[in-house]
Amino acid sequence: MREIDARDRTKEAFQELVRTELPGLYSLARRLVRDGAEDLVQETLLQGYRAFGQLQDDGAGGRWLKTILVNEFRDQLRKRARSIEEVAAGDLEDFSLFRTLMDDDPLPYSDSLHTDFLDAFGREDLREVLMRIPEIYRAPLVLRYMDGFSTKEIARLTDAPLGTILARLHRGRNLFERAMWEYSEETRMLMRDRDG
Amino acid sequence: MGKTAAAIPCSEAVRQLWDYLDQAIAPADQERVEYHLSFCRRCCGELEFAKEIRHFLASGASAEIPDDVRKRLARFVEEI
Repeated sequence: MREIDARDRTKEAFQELVRTELPGLYSLARRLVRDGAEDLVQETLLQGYRAFGQLQDDGAGGRWLKTILVNEFRDQLRKRARSIEEVAAGDLEDFSLFRTLMDDDPLPYSDSLHTDFLDAFGREDLREVLMRIPEIYRAPLVLRYMDGFSTKEIARLTDAPLGTILARLHRGRNLFERAMWEYSEETRMLMRDRDG
Repeated sequence: MGKTAAAIPCSEAVRQLWDYLDQAIAPADQERVEYHLSFCRRCCGELEFAKEIRHFLASGASAEIPDDVRKRLARFVEEI
C-alpha cells in the first residue's frame, strides 16, 4: 500500500511539473523539428517519468526536461544520419544580411531599414525560416540564441566537440541570415507590408 | 599590439562579430575586432544589426501550445 502511495505521489508531482513546462517543451520541439514535435514531446515525457526520481532540484525541472528532449532529438538525428546535410562553408562566408539590405533597399521609405525588416517577420515566418536550415545547424542556433544553452552545454547534449558546435553555430548564423533574405523575397512579405 | 598587427579587413571583422558578442574569441582577436570597430562605421552597423538579430531570435522563443495538443499530451501523461 505504501509503495502505491509513493508511486501516486511521484506521478502527481510529475504531472504537476509537466503542466507547467508543457508549452516550453512543445515550443522547443517545434523549433527543432518540422514534423513530429508532439511525438518528440511524448518520448521526452516517457523518458522523464522513468528518470523522475533522479531529479534533485525541483526548481530545475523545466531545464531537465528540455535536456531530455534535446537528447532524444540527437538520437533521432543519429538514426537519420544519412540525411544530414553538411553545407560547404566557402559558399556562405560572404553573405551579409546587413549589407544586402543596404544594397537592395527593399523598404525605400524606411528610416530604420534593418529594424523594420526584422519587424516584418511574425512568429510563423521565423519558424519557416528556421526550418529552411539543415537540422545540424538549426539545433545549435535554436538552443544557443532562443533557449539560452551555453555552447559547452550544447556540445555535451549533442555529443559533439566544442569546436564542431562553434563551427556549426557560425554556419547556422550565415544560413539563417541568408534564409531570412530569401524568404522575404519569395513571399514578397515586404511588399505586402508596404501595400498595407 | 601595434596598430598594423591589429588591423583586419571588414570581412574578417564581420565574420567574428557574433563570436565577439558571445565572448567566444581569443583576447587578441577581440582586440582586433574592437580596433576595427573603432574606425569602421559600416561594421559598427553590422554589430548593431547582429545584436538586433539575437534579440529577434530570443523574442521568438515563445512558449505556446495549442489547446488540443495540450489536452492530448496531458492525457498521455495520465496514462503513463
